[in-house]
Formats: sequence, C-alpha cells, structure tokens
Amino acid sequence: MSAVIEASGLGKAYGRTWALRDCALAVPEGHVVGLVGPNGAGKTTLLQLAAGLLAPTRGTITVLGERPAAGPAQLARVGFVAQDTPVYTRMTVADHLRLGAWLNPGWDDSLARRRTGQLGLDPKQRAGSLSGGQRAQLALTLALAKRPGLLLLDEPVASLDPLARREFLRMLMEAVAEYGTSVVLSSHLVADLERVCDYLIVLVASQIRVAGEVSDLLAAHRRLSGPRRDPATLPAGQDVIEESHTDKQTSLLVRTSEPVHDPAWAVTPVSLEDLVIAYMNPANQIPPRRPQLGVVS
Amino acid sequence: MIRLSWLQFRAQTVTAAAALAAAAVILAATSAHRGVNAGFYHWLYMAGIVALYLTPALIGTFWGAPLISRELEAGTYRLAWTQSVTRTRWLAVKLGLGCLVSMTTAGLLSLMITWWSSPLDQLDQFNNYRLSPLTFGARDLTPIGYAAFAFALGVTIGLLIRRAVPAIAVTLAVFAAVQVAVPLEVRPYLIPPVRTVSPLSTSNITGTGDGGPGAPGVGGQPGPNLALGAKVDIPGAWVYSVQFTLPDGSTDLGPEPQACRSGSGNACNTALARLHLRQVVTYQPASRYWAFQCAETGLYLLFALLLAGFCTWRVNRPDPAGRR
Repeated sequence: MSAVIEASGLGKAYGRTWALRDCALAVPEGHVVGLVGPNGAGKTTLLQLAAGLLAPTRGTITVLGERPAAGPAQLARVGFVAQDTPVYTRMTVADHLRLGAWLNPGWDDSLARRRTGQLGLDPKQRAGSLSGGQRAQLALTLALAKRPGLLLLDEPVASLDPLARREFLRMLMEAVAEYGTSVVLSSHLVADLERVCDYLIVLVASQIRVAGEVSDLLAAHRRLSGPRRDPATLPAGQDVIEESHTDKQTSLLVRTSEPVHDPAWAVTPVSLEDLVIAYMNPANQIPPRRPQLGVVS
Repeated sequence: MIRLSWLQFRAQTVTAAAALAAAAVILAATSAHRGVNAGFYHWLYMAGIVALYLTPALIGTFWGAPLISRELEAGTYRLAWTQSVTRTRWLAVKLGLGCLVSMTTAGLLSLMITWWSSPLDQLDQFNNYRLSPLTFGARDLTPIGYAAFAFALGVTIGLLIRRAVPAIAVTLAVFAAVQVAVPLEVRPYLIPPVRTVSPLSTSNITGTGDGGPGAPGVGGQPGPNLALGAKVDIPGAWVYSVQFTLPDGSTDLGPEPQACRSGSGNACNTALARLHLRQVVTYQPASRYWAFQCAETGLYLLFALLLAGFCTWRVNRPDPAGRR
C-alpha cells in the first residue's frame, strides 16, 4: 500500500524555536488518521507542511508521492480545511462554490450543490454571517468537491458545539465512505476522533510519540496491575509506557507484542483514550520502538 | 482564477467607474468655460491637477496595499493557496487585473482632465506650462505609470508587512516620498538638458543689483558683485538655470557699474553693454514633452514590473505568510 504522507527527518523552525522536529511518518492510504496532541504540539505545522503552506526547515515530506504544492496537479489532489475554517466574509456561499469550480479542474459541482442543499445553506448568504458550524461545513464542502485523494483538516471541530461537532464528523464519514478519500484530521481531544479514526498519530512537544493503526495500537498495549513491583524486572519485550504505584500496588501500561503470562498481573486491555493520554503525558519516557512494532508502510 | 479575481475586484472597479462618470459629468458640464482662467474655473483647473496626483496614491493605498495583506491577515490565503492554482498564477492574475483596472482608471481620468485643461495649459500662466514639474505629472501618460507603480508598491508592502492598516500607511508614505523625489531628483536627469549661450541683449535685462540680500533676478552670485535679472523667452521650456558670464566664460562679473547705482537707466544699460555679457540658459525645450512623458511613464512601469517580480519571488519563498 502506498503512503499518502511520507516524511523523514522533517523539521520546521520559526527562528530558533522548533515547532516540529525529527518527524518520520509513513501514513498508508485509505485511513482516517487522527492527529492528536496538546495545543502547541506542532499539529498545525505538520498539516500546513503537508498542504504546502509551509516549507520544511529540515528533512523532506511528500504527499501522494509529490512535494506538497509542487504544481496544480498536486494541489488538485489534496483538500485542506484550515484551522478556524477561513472563508471570504464578503463573498456569498454561491460565490465560494463558484470559486471552487473556477479554481479546481476536478470540481464536483453536483456534490457541492447537494451538500449545501442538505446543510440548508442559503446560496445568497454572505459567508461572514454564517455560524461557526456552517462555515466549517462550507469549508469542508469546498475541500470535498475538489474530489481530493487526501483530505487534511486542521482542528475542524474545535470551534463547534457538541451537536455541530457530531454532525460535522458524521458528514465527513459519509463522504469518506462514498468517495474513499484518505483523511488526516487533528484535534487536541482524542474523544473527538475516537469514533472516526482508524489510524492515530500522537504529537507532543514537536515530536511524534506514537503512530499506527488504532487496532494495532490497542492490540499492542496492555494494562498490568498487581502487587508492587519494580518495572525494571519486566521481561524483555514489555516496554513500560506509564507506571503508577501505591504502597502495595503497581499499575503499568506496557507495550508488548507477546501475551503476558505472568500470573502476578491482572491484564486488561487499554482504551484508546488511556493510550493517548499515556503517550501525551510528557512525564512518560517512551522507550524506542522495536522493529516489529514499527509502522509498516 | 481570472473570474475569481474579477469577482473580488468588482467592487473596486464599480467605484472607479462611478468616480470616472462623476468626473466626466462635471468636466463636460463646465467644458464651455474651460478656457476661463478665473474663479471657479481656475479652481477646477487646479482641482484637476490635485485629483490626478491623488488618484494613484489612493489606488496604491486602498487597492494595492490590502490586496494580499488582507488575505494574510484574515487567513484566507490558506483557502486560496490550497486550490488547484499555483501561488505564482494566483498572484499574477490578481496583480495583473488590479494593475489593469488601476491604469485604466488613471488613464481615463488623465485623458478627461488633460482635454479639459488644454486651453489653460496653453495660456502658460502661473507657470503651468506642460513641462513644469507640477503640471507634467498630471497630464497625458504619466498618471498611468504612477497608478501601475502605486498599485504594485501597495501590493509589495502589503506582502511584506502582512497587515492591511500598517501597509496602507506605509504605502502612502513611500509613494508620497517617491512622488516628491522623482520630479526633483530623477526627472531632470532623464534627458540631458540643452545649454544655449547667447549675447545678453540689454533690452532683456529686468534688473540689476549688487548681489546683496534681496538682489533682483536670477543667476547672479550673492556678494559684492553684479547681479542681473533677465527675461528668458523660450516658450514652454523647463528652465533649469540662467547664468551670466563675461566673454571669457568667467561668471565673476565684477562690481556693479557705478552708472547703475546712481544715474539713469540708459547710462546703466550703456555701461552693461560695454561688458559684452553672455547669457547661458540650461533648459529642456517644450518639444521634448512627449519624450519626457514616455521616459517617465516607462520608468514607473519598469519599477512596477520589478515590484511584481519581487512579489512573485516572495510569495514562492518558504512561509510568505509568516508564522500563523
């Protein structure tokens, strides 16, 4: 399977501050990728690098096999919905659809009209007077009607209320199911993405902490609880991601590809949210990945 | 992209068309009296000159400066630059269309005002001959060059500052400085001036003095020496300087003849005639008007092109929008 986003040694600095460093990624095709991390972790930087709005300071990134924004053909294959979903406030909804039709050779006008119809957007309304949710939907419509191979969405639901959030994600998923687009969407809340994404990238303090298919990640992590014990005594192949101790008890979140047989442990599966939170906690030292657990492209 | 640019620039074009229509109505309504050099009509004549200087400045500040800075400020560049159009093309079309509308607006206004003002321009009063530094920039082609340059300058400054309001202020300041500097420091050197040396006829002398404070006339060196004033009769010429020399070329004319301090005008003239003075005039003849028009317009258009080239380079550099 080919990669929709491939990055190696990717870094982006603003002056002396690194917004993203040493980023290695190979996101396979056909996934809905959740890009999760706290605010300021570098999610927007990574997505803007992928959209070609920023240029790397170090390393390389290719999107659908080409340098981002390499030319009109590459641009046509990537849809981008920027943070805060910018629209031209003085242009109407219909003007925005015209903009899309004029600027994109692969524009799917019937899709755009059907979607705005379903959303109940008045074509004559100025984009500046739309609600946050409607604006996000308009921006998504513009990006979808391009019929891109890859759709990048930067915090698309951050400014939406819970109902609009659910509605937005539902429409996104419908579109993904219908057109088979690969999607990368970012959020600082894993709860937003839990229901929709099947691939996860956790970005913390400008570095990727973990990336992989959700099912693989869930299968490769266990919570172990038992009598107090020094994590250093664990067998090889069990990497501790997070540990917590009381006087008598130890609770570990471990990464392992092998079943845990030690009868001293009560072994339970982890939830995606627990997993992400463990990886997001900057206090946790993440042991280097072993080859068999690496992201295979 | 052209259709989108047109959609986004339509309001400005409509404004320009309305302003031009209003100007046309005023000028047509007053055209019967357009040769009258008094009162309202003289005021209108001056207003025409002011309008033609103001138009490019307004174009640069209110059309040029916000063109890209507003996109960067509002974040809509992230929408524009992720459509299937390269930034170079996006910029080229926006700049090209804006420049075209700007040049057309300035050109049509200049055409109307030049026509309306032509009878007064020929009167040669108030030194408003066509080559005079003030009138020259408000006739025929030059406003077109100014408009193109002002627009490109505004776009460039907007691209560099990335915020609309400061970009507007800086554009206005820079353009005003250019408009003052060019007539003073650039235009006189576009074409080398003509220098004529002719015997000074005493009948041309308008005044004499000892060169002290308040000495009459042009050309005399301040000091205890003879200072002269003389008429220069070269119709429509842009006179840089008038000098008086002795036959050997010396500009030191010596002390003023006694006859001029006291005694009659005739005695003074006789004494001056005995000096065999020469008059050296450095000037641009009126016939060079169109050469100057073309040279200066071309210069402004060239700089507009250079600015457009710079913008293209800048917009393709990494991170033209800065950190957002």
